[in-house]
Amino acid sequence: MATATDSDLDRPAAEPSTRTISASRRFKDRASTVLVTLAFLIAVVPLIWVLVTVVARGAPAIVSATWWGNSLSGILPESFGGGVYHAIYGTLIQALIATLIAVPIGIGAAIYLVEYGRGPLARTTSFMVDILAGVPSIVAALFIFAAFISILGAPQSAFMVSLALVLLMLPVVIRNTEEMLRLVPDRLRESAYALGIPKWKTILRIVLPTAFSGTVTGVMLAIARIMGETAPVLVLVGYSRAINYDPFGGNMASLPLLMYSELANPEAAGSYRIWGAALTLIIIIMIFQVGASLLSRYSAIPK
Amino acid sequence: MAKRIDLKDVDIYYGAFHAVQNVNLTVTPRSVTAFIGPSGCGKSTVLRTLNRMHEEIAGARVDGEILLDGENIYDRNTDAVAVRRTIGMVFQMPNPFPTMSVRDNVVAGLKLQGVRDRKKLDEVCEASLRAANLWKEVKDRLDKPGGGLSGGQQQRLCIARAIAVEPDVLLMDEPCSALDPISTLAIEDLIADLKTEYTIVIVTHNMQQAARVSDQTGFFNLEATGKPGHLVEIDDTEKIFSNPTQQATEDYISGRFG
Ligand SMILES: Nc1ncnc2c1ncn2[C@@H]1O[C@H](COP(=O)(O)OP(=O)(O)O)[C@@H](O)[C@H]1O
Ligand SMILES: [Mg+2]
Repeated sequence: MATATDSDLDRPAAEPSTRTISASRRFKDRASTVLVTLAFLIAVVPLIWVLVTVVARGAPAIVSATWWGNSLSGILPESFGGGVYHAIYGTLIQALIATLIAVPIGIGAAIYLVEYGRGPLARTTSFMVDILAGVPSIVAALFIFAAFISILGAPQSAFMVSLALVLLMLPVVIRNTEEMLRLVPDRLRESAYALGIPKWKTILRIVLPTAFSGTVTGVMLAIARIMGETAPVLVLVGYSRAINYDPFGGNMASLPLLMYSELANPEAAGSYRIWGAALTLIIIIMIFQVGASLLSRYSAIPK
Repeated sequence: MAKRIDLKDVDIYYGAFHAVQNVNLTVTPRSVTAFIGPSGCGKSTVLRTLNRMHEEIAGARVDGEILLDGENIYDRNTDAVAVRRTIGMVFQMPNPFPTMSVRDNVVAGLKLQGVRDRKKLDEVCEASLRAANLWKEVKDRLDKPGGGLSGGQQQRLCIARAIAVEPDVLLMDEPCSALDPISTLAIEDLIADLKTEYTIVIVTHNMQQAARVSDQTGFFNLEATGKPGHLVEIDDTEKIFSNPTQQATEDYISGRFG
């Protein structure tokens, strides 16, 4: 009787069919890999291109000694001196005022919609938020212009810009906060009620703290978004080459407005400042976005 | 302290859906009453009407009288918040407040009712954790997040949180169904201890558990899905498990259905 050797036993009776891949399938596999990679490159190349260009052209400006601490007051168009701190201040103060107005209103509205809203009023509010979310920034700016400057006779100012930014920020804050509040499980609310804690206190002390970091993350992303808005600053406030600390009166620069006004400067210094301001704006926005994503890492709501 | 509960002709609805029909029962002070029955027959629903948690659901409604020491908790002038301070509740899933430490979880009820006195809060915290058989395990990590405890510890934390506000009645809706056998035993021991001070009503799908912890057992059933659930019978636990009056109860506890 012939004894089978170990290697005989280990050898499969037939080559497993899973090991052979038909030529047509191999081709489709390759083709789709190539296509997806191509799509990825098409998406990423312009992005990297923009970034590299802005960094390369903006870097000389932002490393200059006066860039972060001086304004352009008294600097001639053809001169490479001066800085943009007046425009950085403008961008930040306009965003800050908009945030101070939009955040309480937005969070309040979201609390209403999630915790109290039932019936037609809630549905109407929700619908209005959707509409607001679709309003282009130029329309928001023109609305503020019409309502406050034309009709009420308010002067152009940074504050008017902030009001337009509020309109742009509100739907983002409301929708994000709503989402965060809905992530808070109902059983947390119920166990607070079961302790004899009234509803408003439950919202304030249990629900909101649980949704806190997610809400703040959303607010920071909203701030990052509005800081680059250009239409409101073009329509609602004049440009100034000098610092103006007063958001309620006078012209005030901001980074987008500075870039726009330097477009009219044919000198080499003009494009030097445009690229510098662009890079500065990107850096500021990135700080907010990175901050938001760091925060969201700690914002997990337990299921 | 412990109070008596009477249900008289109680009907419970979710909007148009008649969930529970005509419940009459009495829960005596310092006793444990267990609700058993197949799922969907309305045990949780009845339990949640006992502390007016039911009305938090849109369209939910209760007919009939629920008396706490003779006073109707559904009286027009009775405040649901006050009722819930008197009748505490422990839920199926352990749910400590995720943003709070162990200590803050335990005293959350008192703190949010406005108690500021640090010394009093610390005393209540320790007493409640001791009463919940949890003090030894967590006394060195009172400042750690409550969510970091094990499931069984979290559930005992929730019991400590519930008794920290000194209720008269404690409602528990399948408090052990998410726990391992050892934690389950710990909670059952705890229920036996708490019985000396509180009136306890517990829903359980585990008949051995009902037999072990309760003095009185109510069997709920429903004829068919979509029909309202009803209380088939309620009696001393021993009687229900040895010699029930109704055939349906007999079938259920002997495992013939459900
Ligand atoms: N929030 C709700 N809305 C509508 N119907 C519900 C709700 N909760 C429970 N029900 C219904 O009420 C009936 C009883 O449910 P429940 O009290 O949870 O049963 P049990 O706890 O005995 O399993 C079921 O038919 C269930 O579908
Ligand atoms: Mg249930």
